[in-house]
Amino acid sequence: MAISTSTPPHGAAGTAPPAGTGGDRQRRRTLLHRIDLRGAPYAFVAPFFIVFAAFSFYPLIYTSWISLHRVELSTLNLMEWVGFDNYTALWDDDRFWNALLNTITIGVLSTVPQLLMALGLAHLLNYRLRGSTFFRVAALTPYATSVGAAALVFTMLFERDFGMINWMLSLVGVDNIDWENNKWAAQTAISSIVIWRWTGYNALLYLAAMQAIPRDRYEAAAIDGASRWQQFLTVTVPGIRSTIVFTIVLSTIGATQLFGEPLIFGQGPNGITGGADNQYQTLGLLLYEEGWKNYQMGRAATVAWAMFLVLILVFVVQRVVKRVLARKA
Amino acid sequence: MTTDSIPVRTADARPGTERNARKTTPSGRRRRGLFRHPGAGRQHHAGPVAYILLGIAALFSLFPLYWTMVAASTDNTRVTQTPPPFLPGPHLLENLGKAWQDAALGKAMLNSLIVAGVIALSTVLFATLAGFAFAKLRFKGRNILLMLVIGTMMVPPQLGVVPLFMMMTELGWGQKLPAVIFPTLVSAVGVFFMRQYLSEALPDELVEAGRVDGAHSLRIFWSIVLPIARPPMAVLFMITFVHAWNDFFWPFIVLDMTNPTVPVALTQLSAGYVRDQSLIMAGALLGTLPLLALFIVFGRQIVGGIMQGAVKG
Repeated sequence: MAISTSTPPHGAAGTAPPAGTGGDRQRRRTLLHRIDLRGAPYAFVAPFFIVFAAFSFYPLIYTSWISLHRVELSTLNLMEWVGFDNYTALWDDDRFWNALLNTITIGVLSTVPQLLMALGLAHLLNYRLRGSTFFRVAALTPYATSVGAAALVFTMLFERDFGMINWMLSLVGVDNIDWENNKWAAQTAISSIVIWRWTGYNALLYLAAMQAIPRDRYEAAAIDGASRWQQFLTVTVPGIRSTIVFTIVLSTIGATQLFGEPLIFGQGPNGITGGADNQYQTLGLLLYEEGWKNYQMGRAATVAWAMFLVLILVFVVQRVVKRVLARKA
Repeated sequence: MTTDSIPVRTADARPGTERNARKTTPSGRRRRGLFRHPGAGRQHHAGPVAYILLGIAALFSLFPLYWTMVAASTDNTRVTQTPPPFLPGPHLLENLGKAWQDAALGKAMLNSLIVAGVIALSTVLFATLAGFAFAKLRFKGRNILLMLVIGTMMVPPQLGVVPLFMMMTELGWGQKLPAVIFPTLVSAVGVFFMRQYLSEALPDELVEAGRVDGAHSLRIFWSIVLPIARPPMAVLFMITFVHAWNDFFWPFIVLDMTNPTVPVALTQLSAGYVRDQSLIMAGALLGTLPLLALFIVFGRQIVGGIMQGAVKG
């Protein structure tokens, strides 16, 4: 730009410009420059905050307002104030407690093995390997499969009469398991879909953290005579601790929101109830059933709010446990 | 699942080693490391046991996809017999064609392509803009705003579906693609990812030099930041694309079968309208193919991107 040499450095933007016709232009330029310096950062970050406020924050807050009303899907603008009726109804509703328990059990069944296996897989991937790219991409491939497709395939693999898994079990003498109607079998099957999709992803997060552990820590441990297993426990695991915490947080959030897997594992859009006896209905499914099958949007908002409270509760418990453990150590 | 997440770059990661990691391949780094420090824990050669275990892990990852293809290439009678088929049959193309029509996948594919493409583009653009501002520009409240961005990752977007649905109905966007696109135009993970990259890869002197030359912020962004940020932008694009393509809960609520995305259309197959099992598998295969192709071509880059800054959905 032609004016480059005559533009004062931005620190001195307030100094008097040279007199004459150039002065006005100069002043306008410095003014623009200052506006740019001050305003541009906010303009750059604004899109994020605007979209978040409009489509995430506002709905989240408004959810609590709706949960205090009776709103039907067919007449969305008629809101009738009911106070805490939706909450007391939810509290007295067996389906809620059932869904809450299912969400917790499926959450534990899917998260704990998933993260442990991811840790092991990351450890293996951290060796000097031939074809390490292949193993990494292979581990991540399930992540590219949508819930829809994965759940369809697993439904077939877990089929009672001709499914691959029952056939394999029959080879070792196990009778056919009814993976859909037996409560624990169904929850295990659904958890396995989650595990299949997310283990490789978490393993890569762990692997990245493992590679950032300074080598001399291993050396020190080796000098102290630590075996490889001891090194794994005393160097690797503490070294990636905050990544582990991070994945626990993420998986927990994911588990409370579980929806697609149990929905499709059942009978698709007709399977909102999570099995004939609600044996694997999660809070996500209950939310959908209340809102879009029973047309009670107020009730659905109450379930959403309950999900949020559960999430907060989990984190409070986690914090407390962590603090107690830290005090003991 | 669409839950946003934070990058891995936590207290564990040392900035120094991370920077090295970006410049050299992981294997190259380890090889050098081995040369310098023999005997340290993590650069052991993998023994046969490790290879066997990794082989099993790869088998578990890939087998369901392989079997989808097998089941999609046989017919309903074969797929419902035991032992189940392990080798592909002759009906693949025929089944793919039928499933394409039964699940109306043509429209769904186009919709998913539009939705995922627009979301990925806008996420990358806005994340780079905001990431640049957070990394290199000084302004009041920068740290607080950055904390806010990170805090938003903790809020699962599913919790707001009821008001969001009412909002979309009011806007007249029910069953329309904008209802799916607008709420996910930005991503906190993306912002953080770009910020981390730019604060390391973009030298302050370049920005200063641009200022001295009289370039305004947008111009600096355009001619200095964008060229440097191209590699992470590509990675962010692909990862966001995968997430947007696979997003299920909200599209399932707001769209219907007349105008679905691929995952929504696939539920049609499980709803009992289609009785033919191999057709169901053919549909699942079709819905997965575009992303599988992306993985086959760019798998290494996606893996690298997740390891550098991690995005989860």
